Amino acid sequence: MHTTPLDGLNRRLGARMVEFAGYDMPLQFAGIMAEHKACREGAALFDVSHMGQAIIRDVAGFSRLVPGDIAGLKPGRQRYTLLLNETGGIIDDLMVANFGTHLQAVLNAGRKDVDVAHMRAHGLEVETYFSRALLALQGPKAKDVLPEGAGLKFMDAAALAINGIACVVTRSGYTGEDGFEIGCAGEDGEALAELLLARGAVPAGLGARDSLRLEAGLPLYGNDIDETTSPVAAGLNFALSKKRLETGDFIGAGPVSRALAGGTAQKLVGIRLEGRAPARSHTEIRFQGARVGEVTSGVFAPTLNAPIALGYVRADLASPGTALALIVRDKPLPGQVVTLPFVPHNYAR
Amino acid sequence: MTQIYFSEDHEWVALGADGIATIGITDHAQEALGDIVFVELPEPGRVVGKAEAVAVVESVKAASDVYAPLAGTVVEANQAIVDDPALVNTQAESGAWFFRLRLDDAAAVNGLMDRAAYETFLGTLS
Repeated sequence: MHTTPLDGLNRRLGARMVEFAGYDMPLQFAGIMAEHKACREGAALFDVSHMGQAIIRDVAGFSRLVPGDIAGLKPGRQRYTLLLNETGGIIDDLMVANFGTHLQAVLNAGRKDVDVAHMRAHGLEVETYFSRALLALQGPKAKDVLPEGAGLKFMDAAALAINGIACVVTRSGYTGEDGFEIGCAGEDGEALAELLLARGAVPAGLGARDSLRLEAGLPLYGNDIDETTSPVAAGLNFALSKKRLETGDFIGAGPVSRALAGGTAQKLVGIRLEGRAPARSHTEIRFQGARVGEVTSGVFAPTLNAPIALGYVRADLASPGTALALIVRDKPLPGQVVTLPFVPHNYAR
Repeated sequence: MTQIYFSEDHEWVALGADGIATIGITDHAQEALGDIVFVELPEPGRVVGKAEAVAVVESVKAASDVYAPLAGTVVEANQAIVDDPALVNTQAESGAWFFRLRLDDAAAVNGLMDRAAYETFLGTLS
């Protein structure tokens, strides 16, 4: 089992630990509800050092593997993109930032080895920095905790010194809130985290991270998207550059273009359930008694005080307002398709 | 004073003089589950066997079954925790009882643990 550079601090802070993607990670500190609320109303600090930081210098080579306009990504800017396979399925979803001399990618923990192997197999040189620390400082008060980041707008990226610690900072995150993701050398990780906690951030774990991202309608790789998922079915069309689709010069361009033109059999939707019982991953979804899909992520949404889910349904049933039944413990729970996100985003644009 | 018994599935059982057992989950169990957001309880009249899954508790992240620690017939369920599941976090071993059972065999409680034995059992878990 791997540990992060913040492992000692996490344990001193009383984390309840859980295995995730081969890492011993904090599931929660004070409790998921309290941490979730802290992120929606104040500032929460997540250890996300399990994610893989990598540097790529060959923009043209990288561009062949993703559907985003990376050549058009200006220095100091970050973009969400996808590594696609030949069938247009998603190998990983990732953030990529242009630091002028190089691109920095942040890869999902459970996919980073697959991603690097895929990029190298296509002739790309990838420098991995998997022992670095990565902190996510999230919430409406994140900007007060990190005044050093005041010059950044949503999806900006910059190298910054924070109390003398060399950091790579982006104004982004995975909660739907304003905030920052801050990378630094592993040995500086605890000092940086302790500084941000001293400035008022509340430690938060993977439990709250999951309920926050679900409320924000953000997919989780391995749950909501995988190598068989078309970005079109997953509602990730915003990550498909029109220019790149026209030239078609990336892996998976053909299948993705056909999916855009002809639609997909299924679509990812948000579902709000009546009552209080959550529907978890793999829950069957029915429409008028017939099976039409499956839940891929489900949680009790603390902000809404109601259960919510993401799931794939037959494409003709993806319109908001469509009444569905989710089969939990053999009983149909009523719900309906709703517009994503469940909770509005609060980014510093 | 009512004697309290404990099961290895982290339920407590309070046996009244009338042979009716009140059953809930232990403070250790609610702590391990985290913030409880949903509770499903058995209907009165349901006949349950020992170790049968009879209730469900859901935290933000996960669902867990609650088992009948002894065989019997459900005579009452606690609507208060259905209406306010967070009570299970704050009053696990008092007001937030789950259901009451008319035991098939009241003497079967002797097969459960007393508090000292349960505390010792908890010590063996971590």
